Amino acid sequence: MSTTKSSAVDVIPFDQALADFEPVLGLEVHVELGTQTKMFCACPTAFGAEPNAQVCPVCLGLPGSMPVVNRTAVESTIRIGLALNCAIASWCRFARKNYFYPDMPKDYQVSQYDEPLCSNGYLDVTVQTQDGPQVFRVEIERVHMEEDTGKLTHEGGATGRIHGADYSLVDYNRAGIPLIEIVTKPIVGTGALAPLVARAYVTELRDLMRALGVSDVRMEEGSLRCDVNCSLNRPGDPWGTRSETKNVNSLRSVERAVRSEVERQAALLLAGGRIIQETRHFHEDTGRSTPGRSKEHAEDYRYFPEPDLVPVAPSDAWIDDLRTTLPELPSARRERLQQEWGISAFELMSVVNAGALELVEATIAAGVDQAAARKWWTGELLRTANDRQVELSDLPVTGEQIARIEALIAAGSLNDKLARQVFEGIIAGEGDVDDVVAARGLVIVSDDSALIAAIDAALAEQPDVAEKITGGKFQAAGAIVGAVMKATKGQADAAKVRALLLERLGVAE
Amino acid sequence: MSDLIRQSAAVLAEAIRRREVSAVEVTTAHLDRIGAVDDQVHAFLHVDAEAALAAAAGVDARIAAGEVLGPLAGVPLALKDVLTMHGVPTTCGSRILQGWRPPYDASVVERLRAADIIILGKTNMDEFAMGSSTEHSAYGPTRNPWDLDRIPGGSGGGSAAALAAFEAPLAIGTDTGGSIRQPAAVTGTVGVKPTYGAVPRYGLVALASSLDQAGPCARNVMDTALLHAVIAGHDPRDSTSLDVPVPDVVAAAQRADVRGMRIGLVRQLTGEGYQAGVSQRFEEAVRILEHLGATIVEVDCPSFDYALGAYYLILPSEASSNLARFDGMRYGLRLGDDGEHSVEQVMSLTREAGFGAEVKRRIMLGTYALSSGYYDAYYGSAQKVRTLIQRDFAAAFASADVLVSPTAPTTAFRIGEKVDDPLAMYLNDIATIPVNLAGNAAMSLPVGLAAEDGLPVGLQVMAPAMADERLYLVGAALEAALRDQWGHLLIEEAPAL
Repeated sequence: MSTTKSSAVDVIPFDQALADFEPVLGLEVHVELGTQTKMFCACPTAFGAEPNAQVCPVCLGLPGSMPVVNRTAVESTIRIGLALNCAIASWCRFARKNYFYPDMPKDYQVSQYDEPLCSNGYLDVTVQTQDGPQVFRVEIERVHMEEDTGKLTHEGGATGRIHGADYSLVDYNRAGIPLIEIVTKPIVGTGALAPLVARAYVTELRDLMRALGVSDVRMEEGSLRCDVNCSLNRPGDPWGTRSETKNVNSLRSVERAVRSEVERQAALLLAGGRIIQETRHFHEDTGRSTPGRSKEHAEDYRYFPEPDLVPVAPSDAWIDDLRTTLPELPSARRERLQQEWGISAFELMSVVNAGALELVEATIAAGVDQAAARKWWTGELLRTANDRQVELSDLPVTGEQIARIEALIAAGSLNDKLARQVFEGIIAGEGDVDDVVAARGLVIVSDDSALIAAIDAALAEQPDVAEKITGGKFQAAGAIVGAVMKATKGQADAAKVRALLLERLGVAE
Repeated sequence: MSDLIRQSAAVLAEAIRRREVSAVEVTTAHLDRIGAVDDQVHAFLHVDAEAALAAAAGVDARIAAGEVLGPLAGVPLALKDVLTMHGVPTTCGSRILQGWRPPYDASVVERLRAADIIILGKTNMDEFAMGSSTEHSAYGPTRNPWDLDRIPGGSGGGSAAALAAFEAPLAIGTDTGGSIRQPAAVTGTVGVKPTYGAVPRYGLVALASSLDQAGPCARNVMDTALLHAVIAGHDPRDSTSLDVPVPDVVAAAQRADVRGMRIGLVRQLTGEGYQAGVSQRFEEAVRILEHLGATIVEVDCPSFDYALGAYYLILPSEASSNLARFDGMRYGLRLGDDGEHSVEQVMSLTREAGFGAEVKRRIMLGTYALSSGYYDAYYGSAQKVRTLIQRDFAAAFASADVLVSPTAPTTAFRIGEKVDDPLAMYLNDIATIPVNLAGNAAMSLPVGLAAEDGLPVGLQVMAPAMADERLYLVGAALEAALRDQWGHLLIEEAPAL
């Protein structure tokens, strides 16, 4: 085997990589359940408390303490399993995963090993292709319960990572928060769509969690975390060695992480190198990953059944009860909304891809026409969110506010351009729609005399224009209209200005 | 009331209730006794005289105010140092926990406090309850009051010695493979390992979670029953705790009746490997039971031959995981925290210095047994043996109401005799281990002194799970018959010190 020394080419373009290789993906998603209390004790789970304020002997793993399973967490997991079309185990146990790390109070994690609560399910995801929407079935290997670890902060040193740090702090507030891990079976046959399928899967999963109400699934707060496993093989060859990319903290990064890993592995393989089984660390800023722990020699976690807990044995009746609590699932909801709104699959995908489905729905519910609701969320507001690198749902804009803006437009006191300024004001924290309108003085100038004065001033500035217009060159009117709009800071109705201008010059089109 | 320290817990409680003696006087007498003899015995690791006297004064005040308190109110107790007690050092006999003061009470401690029992202090034990002699304590061995050159059993040697030295009339022990019963046997006292799950484990620092069980210890069967009733019962903080009514053990101890009972002799737990004097006293006791109206039957438990092997796979496996948390990060000992060493090195240095040889030996065994590739052969096979032992018990209990055996194969051996021979040490628990593996209940009570060395011999009674009351029926009947024969309890023959 030739050297793995990195060649001049660290990555090769994605399309070129796909010419030679087929990717195989595996996604492991951790979701923090939104239970009031932790997995095995009664400590609160609220985000953002003072470090080590939400701890007790159990989640600190003090000698003698014992875990008690959170019933709501089990119910949430079963509901997730049902929504993912999984089989629910009639009897399963927790297991201890043993390894030493200072963020883990007991130096073992209570998890599930060979007896997951849910197994063998699937989730259908849709990606947009040149030939229209295409559905992929992502098969689910398992859904299991476990406890989260504490959070380490490394102080001093340049990287914020453990090596080179002066000292480290541990916050055990997160220790014991219920986590579920959702593991896919290997995802094959996605080809060049692999990054999109990965993103669509995590998005779909996020929407599913949200619909079930089991988690707030905020990737930036770490309540949904995704590890991306990826390998490449030449068509017809056995699967390649996989890497596992961690620290993938946004939907966008899921897509980027797959793309960059395909590019990196392809370059390495084409240069005659070998893929090392390792953990890689994704960097949001560069969109690239750097190597972490080698997994060549798999760590032995010495799993064994957790003797401090009794088995979880959900009865059929309990499972059936939970099945009745399942809400309309996102895929069904999308179909319904597409029909209700009377739009094409492509149009719906634009809304979904923008992450705007709930927002558009809420806006329509507030009384806005579906086309206008879609226009604002997938247009102006999406651009703003992208500029700020936040999710659309993070913008402080509500459906009610859009309804108010639409009402003002319909009444003729706002236009689209002014509306954009209203959004800008709302996002800047200047208050509600009417506050921003008032504070910024955003009202269409409908007073004819003011407009005529502005027209006269513009005509005086550009004396040749009047001649052109009266000579029949109506397109020259644009220069005057533009000048008037500028003079009124956009607060005029352009069509009205044009009509007044022509009337003033005594001509008609 | 004379000689308070030699009275039973029941007698002391009654006297305190009638205000013939105060709880403070009783507590003071025991604290004085500890002051007088514990230099020799070393039963206690920590004595909290101030707290004990304050609690006793509280009891006296409430009795004076006419309050009706529980049946053991005001009686002193020695607590094994493996149970947490708020603000009181809890070491588990290990250097690694030196200086740790838990911020919470174990369930058992809560119940003792609620019953107004006076906790004198924490007793010595083999480190993390690993051992049969209390020689594996990081704080030095406890000595057997019957012969100070001999071991008091283990791991709960401190609690048993405190009883035998009249430093306390009640004690709490924990039993993972015999740590209540074997010390009781070699010190001439009574100890019960209740059914697994009968006494909550919350606050019991785990050795092997699936085997550990706290239980009552005393100098007679009735006191043991009274204490059993205080500490047993469901606790939602322990998921493995049984949510069933506690058997009426006190009533059973009062009835003390074996008439019509079928008592099984376990073929695998007699004969070869048992000291002659032990076998002799055991056989005499069985004849007494027969004379009292029980039917003696012989039962066969072939899988018991594999119990020791299975136990020394399951226990180290669970222990290797349970003891992982002692890493120097959060409490107890921490070495190498000088800015030069990495986290891993601090953990290694702390564990290297903080754990004794026996603990390290079992952590290594358990780590190996759980390793991938070995799990099925070791941990997996051991669990199968466990199932077979449960079946043997089930079959035996189909033909017998209780089973009996000698508690330990020998009387107390000399300090140092077996400390370098782990296998010889492990054999001490050969008769007690099957009960832990199956999760049922057992008692050890004294049945005389061995002819060859004049040291106490214990008899073990084993009952099915959740039938703990049968232990007291048999134990109290046998104790009464022996008392009639000797004119006193065996413990009265213990040296005065």
